[in-house]
Formats: sequence, C-alpha cells, structure tokens
Amino acid sequence: MSKHYLSIEGVNKVFGQGNKQSCVLKNVNLHIEKGEYISIIGHSGCGKSTVLNIVAGLLPATDGVVILDGKEVNSPGPDRSVVFQNHSLLPWLTVYENVALAVNKTFKKTKTAKERHEWILKSLEMVHMSHALDKRPAEISGGMKQRVGIARALAMEPKVLLLDEPFGALDALTRAHLQDEVMKIQAEINSTIIMITHDVDEAVLLSDRIVMMTNGPEATIGEILEIDLPKPRNRIEMADNPKYNRYRQAVLRFLYEKQRKVEVLVSAEKPKPAQASLKKAASA
Amino acid sequence: MTTKANSIVKPLSAVSMPVSMDKTLFRFKRVGESFVQKVLPALIVGFLLILIWELLTSSQSATLPSPSRVVTDTWELIINPFYNNGGTDVGMGWQILASLERVAYGYSLAVIAGISLGVLVGQSTWAMRGLDPIFQILRTVPPLAWLPISLAAFQDSNPSAIFVIFITAIWPIIINTSVGVRNIPEDYRNVAKVLSLNGYEYFTKVMLPAAAPYIFTGLRIGIGLSWLAIVAAEMLIGGVGIGFFIWDAWNASMISDIVLALVYVGVVGFLLDKFIGFISNLVTRGTSN
Ligand SMILES: Nc1ncnc2c1ncn2[C@@H]1O[C@H](COP(=O)(O)OP(=O)(O)OP(=O)(O)O)[C@@H](O)[C@H]1O
Ligand SMILES: [Mg+2]
Repeated sequence: MSKHYLSIEGVNKVFGQGNKQSCVLKNVNLHIEKGEYISIIGHSGCGKSTVLNIVAGLLPATDGVVILDGKEVNSPGPDRSVVFQNHSLLPWLTVYENVALAVNKTFKKTKTAKERHEWILKSLEMVHMSHALDKRPAEISGGMKQRVGIARALAMEPKVLLLDEPFGALDALTRAHLQDEVMKIQAEINSTIIMITHDVDEAVLLSDRIVMMTNGPEATIGEILEIDLPKPRNRIEMADNPKYNRYRQAVLRFLYEKQRKVEVLVSAEKPKPAQASLKKAASA
Repeated sequence: MTTKANSIVKPLSAVSMPVSMDKTLFRFKRVGESFVQKVLPALIVGFLLILIWELLTSSQSATLPSPSRVVTDTWELIINPFYNNGGTDVGMGWQILASLERVAYGYSLAVIAGISLGVLVGQSTWAMRGLDPIFQILRTVPPLAWLPISLAAFQDSNPSAIFVIFITAIWPIIINTSVGVRNIPEDYRNVAKVLSLNGYEYFTKVMLPAAAPYIFTGLRIGIGLSWLAIVAAEMLIGGVGIGFFIWDAWNASMISDIVLALVYVGVVGFLLDKFIGFISNLVTRGTSN
C-alpha cells in the first residue's frame, strides 16, 4: 500500500490490437500529495489526456494501477471530477441545472434538498456566475462556460480535480482572469489538482510541481520540476522574479531543446523546419 | 434609402402621437410586413392556380368539375361537417376524425416501439449488427403490402389499418433515433460517467435530450407517411374514414366530393406536420449548441 494520496504506478497504455497496436504510455509513475497542484505539460499528442483519463477512470490502463486515498481506481466516479477542454456543459440544461445535476447526484443521500440548493448557489458564486443561473450554455461566453464547468466539478467535492487544458480555448485576458480565480479557490479549499496545459506561464504560475512528458510514442515522465515560490502568487510580481524566470526557462528548455518535436511532414516541404515548429509551439 | 427612411419618420413626428400609439402602429406595420412577405405570395399563387383550373374545366366537355362546381356541389357537406345519418353517411368532420383516430393509435405505438428500438440499435453494436439489415429490408415494403397480411392476422379491418400505420411510421423513427443516439458526443457520455449517472438518469437527462433533434426528424417523417398510408388503407378496408369516403364518392361518381376530400386530406396532413414541428421546436429549444 502506498503512503501517497494519489499514486500512478507503472502505468502502460496500448491502443489498438494486432499490428495496429501503438504503445502510447510506457511506465508512467507519479506520486501526488493531498492539496498539491500538479501541471502536466508536453507536446501535443504525447499522451497527456490519456494519463488524465486513466486517472479519471474513463480509460483502463493496460498495465499498472492508479491508487487514490488507498483505493484502486478502476471506473469513473464523482471523487475524481473532470473539467474537459471544451467545457462539456449539457446545452439543454441551464447553468443552475448543469451544476444541480452533479450536486443532486453526488449528495443525494448526504444533503437535504435545501442544503443542495444552497451548495449549488455557493459553487456558482465561487466562480462568479450567480448572475446567469437561468441562462443556457449557448447564451453565455466561452469563459463563462468554462467557469460553470469548473463550478460543476468543484461542487462534487472531489478528492482530485482533473483539468484537461481548462483554459486552452480562451483568449489571454479571460484566461488570466480564470487562472487567478482557480488560484484563489485552491487557496481557499486546498483541493488536489492535476491540470494539463500547453502554456508554460500557466504551469509555473499555478503549480507546486510541473510534470514534463517526453514525446510519444511510448511517452513517459521526463522530468519533474518543483516550483518553490510562495503562494499566493501574483502574475505581475512574478514577471520580475528571477526564480520564476529560471523555472520558465527550465520548462522551455525541456520542451524545445530536449524534447523538440520532430515534424517529419513539415520538414519535407519547408526549408526551415526547426524555426517553423518553434514558432508554432511558442504561439500555442 | 434615405427618402424611404424619411417617409417613415415624417408622418409620425409631424402628428406627434403618444409613444404607445407609435409602438402599436409600429407593431401593426411589422405584422403587415411579414404578412406581405410570407403569406401573400402563397395566396397569389393559389388564386392563380384556381383561376387556371377554372378556365381549363369551364367547357361543357370537361371531365373534371371546376372549382365553382365543386363548391356548389358540395355546399351541403361544407356547411354541415358534423351531421350523422348513421353508417358511413356522416359529415366530413367525422370522417377526418375517424381517420385521425386510427393514425393516433398506430402512430403512438410506432413512437413508443420506434424510439425504444432506435435506442437499442443506437446503444448496442450487437443489436445494430443483428437488427439493422432486417430493418433496411422491411422498411422498403410498401405500406399497403402489409394490409393483406395484417387482415389475415387480425381478422378485422380496424386493427389492420392501425397496424399498417404502425409499420409505416416506425422505420423512420427507428432509424433517426438510432442515428441520434449513436451521435451523442463522447463528451456528454464522459460527463455522465464522471457523475456516475445510472441507466435511467442517463436515458432521461442525457440521451433523450441529446438525440431529440434526430428523434423529431423521424417523428415528422413518420407522421407524414402515416397520413399517406391511412388514406390508401381506408380505401381498401371501408368503414368511416376519409379514405373510404373518397372511394365511396368515386363509386357514386361524385367527383366534386373527391376534390373536397382531397382538400381536407391536404390541409390535415399539413397541420399534422406543423403540429409535430411545433412540439419539436418546443422540446428542442436551446439544445442546439
Ligand atoms: N482511443 C484511442 N485509440 C487509439 N489511439 C488513441 C486513442 N486516444 C488517443 N490515442 C493516441 O494516443 C496518443 C496520445 O493522445 P492524447 O489525447 O493523450 O494526447 P495529448 O497529449 O492529450 O494531446 P493534446 O495535447 O493534443 O491534447 C495520440 O497519438 C493519439 O493518437
Ligand atoms: Mg489532450
């Protein structure tokens, strides 16, 4: 039995059968403590979502186990709520009803109807969405949808909150805003979070540790960077912080020097493949 | 452009009406505009068609009655839609209602069975592999070809007609429902899994709303086919009903009655389609995203 809150032990993932088989993850090991904020960063297609989905129980691991709070994970459940990249709100339900679906299901036995109602309102208040309770997802902006998605996930009081590129589809301003909110919420309720991201600044700003994955196939954890910066962190102050910038550099070096993505198709056509891929990656 | 805007503004400001008057006038104008744009063209074309029909059938040698003949011939039927002389000699209203009743039974059964089977086929790969080829073959059988078989099975005309409606309407409902269920985005399934929704909750909270636009497409095609089939089936089974009314009129050489019946059939079919469309809008409002 492991003494960590969440352990990913020797996880392999093979997709497909026969000669179409592809080994996406090879021997992934990660130990996470309660209240930690972990970011997973790596090039597109390396298998980040696959790791997250295995922890969520949405995908079975081919080998290895995930153990959360002393229990093996083998099916999805409300103790590991997920915020999907594209919010995944049910469009036929209002903002309130979307959160209510999660809350009523999770706390059917442990809370009264009134407590549940108040809890739904409180969760939406936490992400500043109280003004749009009766709106449908189609009637609110992308950033608002993502907020509701976060509220829905938080409202289930999960042991681990799993975020798959939660701010990826948002513009820079909205993203910064939501990052600040997530930081505040995490400071408040001290939740354990695993977040996938493409954004180096986001990773350094939010995380306690950054998990950097090597390129696939057979991707695994390349390096783990401990971010030793006091919380709460302020993005403006951080810009001049030498330690912060060193962490940034370390992640960038890993991504663009050690794990530079070799784009075979592009290099066959374009004269300067290295620059092209660097630019692309930097803008991502 | 500018002159037009001026001409609208000027009279209002010149008279300086109270604001509420302005508003009602404006609304009146808008209603008027949409009437001109949407209804008027259909009215004009309809009027022209009736005019052509009148011209073509006005000669003494015409085999079909002219519109004016139809109205004078069937005036008694038009003004008394709900008379009842017993037997099949009842008003057009009763005839239509009898047909609608059969459609209501057959169609309701088809909705229940069709959505259930559609969900099954959409959910389970094995059900799809087993049932889909059979559905694809059976759905090409023309509705009336089922009538003799069902007469043999039920030994009675009314259930046979209802069965024909059922078997006609069910295929588009099954097929569209199963496509809708198969196309439920992976994201929604994952949300349901993370929330640990049970089968019933998943069915009512996720599957039905997600597939609703597809299901309603099937329902709408189904009601149209039902109405097509009932008229044909009733011609063969007899009794009260708009289909047999047409057949009866043909046997009595009352062509004007047939024309009137066709108008009724067309209008009712149109209304049925609009009705399902209306419910569809009501139910699927806000689900498109
Ligand atoms: N269901 C599946 N069947 C087969 N292969 C899959 C499946 N899901 C993912 N893969 C493959 O596994 C690899 C990793 O996919 P994954 O979605 O985890 O990448 P990712 O790191 O999340 O990428 P991105 O940053 O673009 O989201 C990809 O090469 C993908 O093609
Ligand atoms: Mg991904």
